[in-house]
Amino acid sequence: MVFLLVAVSIVSFILMTMSPVDPLQANVGQAALGSMSQEQIEKLEAYWGVDEPPLKRYLAWAKDFVRGDFGMSLQYRQPVSKVIAVKLGNSLFLMVTAWILSGVIGFILGVAAGVFRGRLPDRLIKGYCVVISSTPAFWLALLLLMIFGVWLKVLPIGLSVPIGLEASGVTFLDRLRHAILPALTLSITGISNIALHTREKMIDVMESDYVLFARARGESTWQIVRRHALRNVLLPAITLQFASISEIFGGSVLVEQVFSYSGMGQAAVTAGLGSDMPLLMAITIVSAVFVFGGNLIANILYGIVDPRIRRGGNRK
Amino acid sequence: MKQWNRRKATVLILVISILFLVTVAAAGSQCSDAARATDFSRKNLLPCLEYPFGTDWMGRDMFARTLKGLSLSILIGVLAAAISAVIALVLGICAATLGRRADGVITWVIDLIMGIPHMLLLILISVAAGRGLKGVIIGVAFTHWTSLARLIRAEVMQLKESPYVKIAGKLGKGKWYVAYRHILPHLLPQFAVGLVLMFPHAILHEASITFLGFGLTSEQPAIGIILSESMKYLVLGKWWLALFPGLALVVTVIMFYLLGENLRRLIDPNSAHE
Repeated sequence: MVFLLVAVSIVSFILMTMSPVDPLQANVGQAALGSMSQEQIEKLEAYWGVDEPPLKRYLAWAKDFVRGDFGMSLQYRQPVSKVIAVKLGNSLFLMVTAWILSGVIGFILGVAAGVFRGRLPDRLIKGYCVVISSTPAFWLALLLLMIFGVWLKVLPIGLSVPIGLEASGVTFLDRLRHAILPALTLSITGISNIALHTREKMIDVMESDYVLFARARGESTWQIVRRHALRNVLLPAITLQFASISEIFGGSVLVEQVFSYSGMGQAAVTAGLGSDMPLLMAITIVSAVFVFGGNLIANILYGIVDPRIRRGGNRK
Repeated sequence: MKQWNRRKATVLILVISILFLVTVAAAGSQCSDAARATDFSRKNLLPCLEYPFGTDWMGRDMFARTLKGLSLSILIGVLAAAISAVIALVLGICAATLGRRADGVITWVIDLIMGIPHMLLLILISVAAGRGLKGVIIGVAFTHWTSLARLIRAEVMQLKESPYVKIAGKLGKGKWYVAYRHILPHLLPQFAVGLVLMFPHAILHEASITFLGFGLTSEQPAIGIILSESMKYLVLGKWWLALFPGLALVVTVIMFYLLGENLRRLIDPNSAHE
């Protein structure tokens, strides 16, 4: 896993240095550059780190990074670790809510659709999933914004805190109110994937011999679901749930952009547009840690849910 | 409906979705002038008969702009998905046939790419390629191949154990001969379906990345650009600017999805006779 993380950092570094976008031109602008003296330009080049060879820069960056010094963000003019700490705090609330909501609701819907295969509930759920998975998250966010923010005026249209308030005056309720719409959008989009896959698996289980036998013994549908189906469906659902961390992260980039919610996603976009290398690198690595960590937890959970894997592990 | 069995219905849906997509793509490329024409005498019109999607703050016909944007998105999506699918096919076959070491390297690369959140990788690659149209295509093409490559690799692994491939090997045929003559034809159906089902993803991600501002300029009205522009006018109550282009995008993506699903139903031997 550490090896993979190092590789992620190298890949993202190479990608950043390959970029033909000149950070000076992107941030200072052609006109301003033209009117500057050579001395000023050199100073700026040193600030954006254009003048050193890539390998030297990477090694210097990696050395600091391992020590916990993530460098200075060029866009926010603050230490990267500080920027990330603030943004991650904002985002994490959003992402965790959406992650849990979409996982639980998606699982329940998927099980329901699988049990009632071909009947009305299944059709409704499947139709919902297909439409939602074809809908771009940012457009859904725009729609919700339009309905709740502009027409009904019940929820704020953007930002993570009310405008014009000092940081100390922001209550938890304010934060909650600002997070409702982004979290809702993320959950709605997250549900479809998990529900569709759970449904497929559930159909397999419901057609299996042991379910047929259980039905022959006179068990009701609910008993079958509880005793035979749930555990079997849970395993792939857990894989998906932890694999969806990456998806939720991507979704939050878009959703935060629409709601101007200051979180990791918005920071990533700012960093990408402004060629802010230290920040973008750090965000990539932090998110990769989340994704790999998620996979690791999923593997551990397998053993807890499925006794066969546990015993197989012991035998080795 | 009695004469229509499921196979015929499937073919019908297939034809309708192909027709729809080709029409949109063709119509869009015809109206690039109309999409750019500004006319301040007709700005901010609500949707009406003459302008079905309304007009924007510069008097541009939103219907023409949406068509143009959609055709651009379809072209980019198809191109990027095709490149991506070819990468997946080549790497998938390589991983399964070139021996254990190549397999290890390729699966490792797949893990690596899947470890970086999709959007973030798209941002990184499109920055590396210098943003713009090229950046979008390269970005989408290089991020979508992983899951299809995994699928193809698993399939090839299975095919390698099948009797006829083993017999061909015993008869002294070369590795590449077997891969080309015996394994590839078996992969094609799955490859075709994987390719078509990749389109919706490619288009959605293309729209997302242009929405974030990494893609095209506002002279090229990609659907993401249209939506990100409309976002600024949303608060002023101009709901039609965002609603209709987005709806059109959703319909297009669903069409692609239907295309892929029905194609799969026809090709897949497990469901072809349902």
